[in-house]
Amino acid sequence: MIRFLGQRLVTIPFVALGVVTILFFIFKAVPGDPAALAAGATATQAEIEATRVRLGLDQPLVVQYVNHVLGVFVGDFGYSTTFRGNPLPHILARVPATLELAGAAIALTILVGIPAGIAAASAHNRWPDVAISLTVIGLLAVPNFWIGMLLIAFLSVQWGLLPSFGNAGPLALVIPSLALAARLIALVARMTRGIVIEELRKDYVRTARAKGMRRGAILVRHVLRNVMIPTVTIIGLQTGYLLGGSVVIERLSAWPGIGDLLLTGVSNRDFALVQGITLVFVVGFLLINLIVEVLYRFINPRLRYA
Amino acid sequence: MSRVLDIEGLTVGFETGGRRFDAVREVDLALDGGEVLALVGESGSGKSVTALAVMGLLPEVAEITAGTIRFEDRDLARLGEAEMAAVRGARIGLIFQEPMTSLNPTMRVGPQVAEVLRLHKRAGAAAARRAVEELFALVRIPDPAARYDDFPHQMSGGMRQRVVIALALACRPALLIADEPTTALDVTTQAQILELFRDLQREIGQATILITHDLAVVAETAHRVAVMYAGRIVEESASEALFAGALHPYTRGLLRSIPVVRTGPAAGHPRRLVEIPGTVPPPWDLPQGCAFAPRCPRASARCRAERPPLMPFDGGRRAACWHPHVEREDAA
Ligand SMILES: Nc1ncnc2c1ncn2[C@@H]1O[C@H](COP(=O)(O)OP(=O)(O)OP(=O)(O)O)[C@@H](O)[C@H]1O
Ligand SMILES: [Mg+2]
Repeated sequence: MIRFLGQRLVTIPFVALGVVTILFFIFKAVPGDPAALAAGATATQAEIEATRVRLGLDQPLVVQYVNHVLGVFVGDFGYSTTFRGNPLPHILARVPATLELAGAAIALTILVGIPAGIAAASAHNRWPDVAISLTVIGLLAVPNFWIGMLLIAFLSVQWGLLPSFGNAGPLALVIPSLALAARLIALVARMTRGIVIEELRKDYVRTARAKGMRRGAILVRHVLRNVMIPTVTIIGLQTGYLLGGSVVIERLSAWPGIGDLLLTGVSNRDFALVQGITLVFVVGFLLINLIVEVLYRFINPRLRYA
Repeated sequence: MSRVLDIEGLTVGFETGGRRFDAVREVDLALDGGEVLALVGESGSGKSVTALAVMGLLPEVAEITAGTIRFEDRDLARLGEAEMAAVRGARIGLIFQEPMTSLNPTMRVGPQVAEVLRLHKRAGAAAARRAVEELFALVRIPDPAARYDDFPHQMSGGMRQRVVIALALACRPALLIADEPTTALDVTTQAQILELFRDLQREIGQATILITHDLAVVAETAHRVAVMYAGRIVEESASEALFAGALHPYTRGLLRSIPVVRTGPAAGHPRRLVEIPGTVPPPWDLPQGCAFAPRCPRASARCRAERPPLMPFDGGRRAACWHPHVEREDAA
């Protein structure tokens, strides 16, 4: 396990380097003069040239690239026009809010999606199964910001049950995390249903029945463990999607996370900010995948000793 | 010896894919305490369905449409799910063919066996663990205390099947049903497991139904043999009598298809397997008369027109054939 962790952790800086490189050249290819953007709309030509020299934008491309990479690895993410300096502290300050939102969405997915899938599977082809399956199709068919808007329209505006924006207290977390998790809940419910139906046909279930165990006990004590293995994988893989979804949802409910900040960066044409956030997203995604792999090994005894 | 199991007129109907058919038809079987009855027949003849009917574990598409299954003063065919669950694992143990998949891959083997003791015997955790280690020793698993915490994938097929046997015998059931317990194992392991079976049979003395399509297994293990064909019992007799001279042409065909491993100079060259020509008819498309008639070398016009009932012969034997390999004792 230690060796496995070590191997994976070592690869992260290399993937990060790749991402930094790709982003650097993409933004170099974007039309527009970064020096003019950094100097501001009212700057004179002389001020723009001075900014260009100050930011090192007059250097050859290779030199700029090396400086950029070296900077990133010591925590200098370049000159953000929004923050008039290194955007890293501002990005990191926003990370907890996004983690909170994503964590709440994953918790909802586990608490709602998995039980819904199990309920549907154990009522296979009877009305609860049909009801759950139709809900799933509905949720998968609509984009999550639309669900967010519906939730705000009803829960918040119409009935006044919950706050619709900001991050004041746990109640404010309900609408954005539901909106963010809706698709994932549906996806996990559908996959869990399929997996449970498949597991229920397996020989070990027959053995458990031959022991005299009742169906409910078999589901909880035998089937659930086997269902968790693929389900954790699915949730883990979908967490990247969750991070992407948080961009829109955070803006929709004014949630002060890095997704919201990313949109600010894009509308300000703040290259350093967008690059920095993208890198944080990527590293976050890699770390989450690592956590999923560790969890997966933990719940699957066939891999634990491998 | 007391009667343990008495099946009368058991018929199991299936309804799948818009088709209705009986996979088991009017089966009569009786079993005394300590007796080993082998149930043999080609694939699809209804052996497993018979066993599942006794356990109350028929698939959802099947149901018992007629007959009684008397076991310990009750009719299992009419028992509710809760009462049946109390019989399963406690009074009747079941061993399946697949040792590789019949244990839960994500659970240690010891607790999987302990579970049945905790369920039926209300054993505490420590007592159950001790009992399981004793059971592991009983089924000759070396170093039981260490193996208790193994996962199934850490064990060989033979060891896993020993675990399954321990599981089935944990509550000392009056009846053990073993559905092809050695088919998936290699030949050496097969022999070891069968030997274990015979030893346990002597030590514990439960009645056993041994399902197999391998007659070589039967010869060494069973007291009595029932041969099934297309859902019916076509011959039943003591093992020695069956091997000395079977009555039914189908049984004779099965006996010819035993691969005999020779000893001596030709050792290692099993005799060629002589298959019975033709195939078992599907249960939804049976011929009018004797179901075996289309494949039978002795079939006559009567066989094709009229189904022979199971008739008694000397020595307590029974056979369903118009032209058995012996004259019927009570025939004029
Ligand atoms: N789940 C099922 N759905 C539909 N038909 C079934 C099912 N299980 C059994 N059958 C039918 O019942 C008949 C008897 O099957 P059974 O499993 O008892 O055969 P068997 O004698 O145990 O054969 P084998 O030696 O292959 O195990 C088969 O013809 C099969 O078509
Ligand atoms: Mg079978």
